[in-house]
Amino acid sequence: MPLALFLEQTLNGLQQGVMLFLMAAGLTLIFGIMHLINLAHGSLYMVGAYVAATVTSLTGNFLLGVLAALGAAGATGMLVELLALRRLYGRDHLDQVLATFGIILTFNEITKILWGPQALFLSTPEVLSSTVEVIPGVPYPAYRLFVIIVGLAVCFFLRHLIINTRLGMLIRAGATHREMVNALGVNIDRLFTIVFGIGAMLAGLAGAMAGPMLAIEVGMGENILILTFVVIIIGGIGSIRGALIGAILVGMVDTYGRAFLPLIMRSFMEPSAADTVGASVSSVAIYVLMAVVLIWRPRGLFQAYGG
Amino acid sequence: MKTIRMKIITVAAVVAVVYAGWMAMSSSANAGSLKIGMITTLSGGGASLGIDIRDGFELALKQKGGKLGGATTELQIVDDARKVENAKQIATRMIKKDNVDVITGIVWSNLAMAVVPSVTKADKIYISPNAGPSALAGKGCNKNYFNVAWQNDNLHEAMGQYVSDEGYKNVYIMAPNYPAGKDALSGFKRYYKGTVAGEVYTKLGQTDYAAEIANLRAAAPDAVFFFLPGGMGINFMKQYSQAGLTTDIPLYGPAFSFDEGILKAVGDAAIGMFNTSQYSHDLDNVANIAFVAAFKEAYGRKPSLYASQGYDAALLIDSAVTSVGGNVSDGDAFRAALKAADFDSVRGAFKFGSNQHPVQDIYVREVVKDGDGVTNKLVGKVFTNHSDAYASECAM
Repeated sequence: MPLALFLEQTLNGLQQGVMLFLMAAGLTLIFGIMHLINLAHGSLYMVGAYVAATVTSLTGNFLLGVLAALGAAGATGMLVELLALRRLYGRDHLDQVLATFGIILTFNEITKILWGPQALFLSTPEVLSSTVEVIPGVPYPAYRLFVIIVGLAVCFFLRHLIINTRLGMLIRAGATHREMVNALGVNIDRLFTIVFGIGAMLAGLAGAMAGPMLAIEVGMGENILILTFVVIIIGGIGSIRGALIGAILVGMVDTYGRAFLPLIMRSFMEPSAADTVGASVSSVAIYVLMAVVLIWRPRGLFQAYGG
Repeated sequence: MKTIRMKIITVAAVVAVVYAGWMAMSSSANAGSLKIGMITTLSGGGASLGIDIRDGFELALKQKGGKLGGATTELQIVDDARKVENAKQIATRMIKKDNVDVITGIVWSNLAMAVVPSVTKADKIYISPNAGPSALAGKGCNKNYFNVAWQNDNLHEAMGQYVSDEGYKNVYIMAPNYPAGKDALSGFKRYYKGTVAGEVYTKLGQTDYAAEIANLRAAAPDAVFFFLPGGMGINFMKQYSQAGLTTDIPLYGPAFSFDEGILKAVGDAAIGMFNTSQYSHDLDNVANIAFVAAFKEAYGRKPSLYASQGYDAALLIDSAVTSVGGNVSDGDAFRAALKAADFDSVRGAFKFGSNQHPVQDIYVREVVKDGDGVTNKLVGKVFTNHSDAYASECAM
């Protein structure tokens, strides 16, 4: 297999991983700190994509679209937390799943009423619409490189936020010793709302970044949500570092699987069977990865803050 | 006294008028009434297809003054949300409780396979405005089942023929890993004469195609044939254009990846691609010109192939009910009238083959930009009076 193709697929895997990380970071924070299963995280991703597409088409500026998406997703997330999710913290996980599933349906219908059932248009920003030869002989889409850079930047920002700031300290403390933090006079309710807002903004950012590459349509969040759950289970629930490693692992395994499994199968099967079997095996590859990791480390690769 | 008498007269007059009106209504009901059940996808993924079918059907019904074939028509529309269980439940209710005469509307082949056999078994008519699975065209054909759209393989077969005619000899082919995806590629290969540079099955509902696009470039084909309906097609075309491949390796596909809604979402990235369809909004025939104008006026958008299929389904029912004088209870006469397909289809020439699937022309369209944005333009005809590959297996 040519080295250039292998490197290109590695970049693809990295890019997919970075997108998953943006989703997984928010979800893992919310799960790890508030013990809330939020299925509606994908809806915030959808809100980000729709708002980015609308604002970009109105102003002609993708950057404004992304900023608007961040604001809208963050605000929507905090509103949902205040109105609905706050009541669910003490409840059973099953109640949370039911309630947040209801929120998904509500968001899907509202989106259809506001924007209609047809997919929205958002083009690649002009400066990023070309290709760059980072690997000689392989023109790689500039936009995908941009996504990798933004994702890694967010990763460093989050690391700084959690390790070096007061808010980060409270988040870490809130995850492990919630009552103690409360007793020390920290308003834990407000802290939760802020954490939820950060998670929602990350989902909104992921949605806005996905806009130029993907169909912006009702229900787009559900597709990525399942992968995101796989990521945080592999990475260890509540751990940002785990979310990063898990996301990159899932991105790589999924991409390599789709790219190379059919080729490998062809070496010992007849081509038509190899194509079908390869496609089927690669579609379960990440779940096999999850199972293997769980057998080896039942609580995921990284545990959150010693908790 | 005078005022009281006036009141009595007024009341009497109102009663008379209302009664007369009621008589008129019930007498028209005696002359013929028609109950149609429409099961289609109006919410969730793929809702735009069902909405187009419904809008096309309702437009025809409105143009006929609410009466198909002169019979007062009651149209019940129920959303299946693209779920097999929903569609089955709705169909059972329509057959047993509401006692409808005709059922129509289903978009997806897997739903059609679950519903159609029970409808035809209950001796109700089913008219498919979209899905045409091979099982229902061949051995599983039925006298109560009519397909007014196409057999699933048709548009893919036409594209196989077209890329061969264009001189492509090394084509890369792609479809989702599910039955309709496999039918699509086998339909394409039935008429394609060159070699297959690669045959790839992707995940159903897949969003990211970077890995497939990289492999595709490495295989260096002269062209790509892809069947990725709905959102999958939007994802793929956007990413294909970002990879800068659109001009080097042209894309070809069936109209399902190029309906008006998809083109709006993909935008300029789709310009210059080709697709095959039995319908196009710029087909030059009297029925179609009137249909496109009325559809745009009613809904403010161009009709897609799905809208044309919904419209034709209503016109087909209208023609058959007219022919039996509004009396649909005589099953044999009604079926014979349906099979005659005596209506002006917006796609031009149309008739049913022995398995009650279309015999029709299939065209190729190019994606261009006009005053309203990105749209399809007719560029040629691939097949004339094309039937399907399964008709010979049908025992009718």
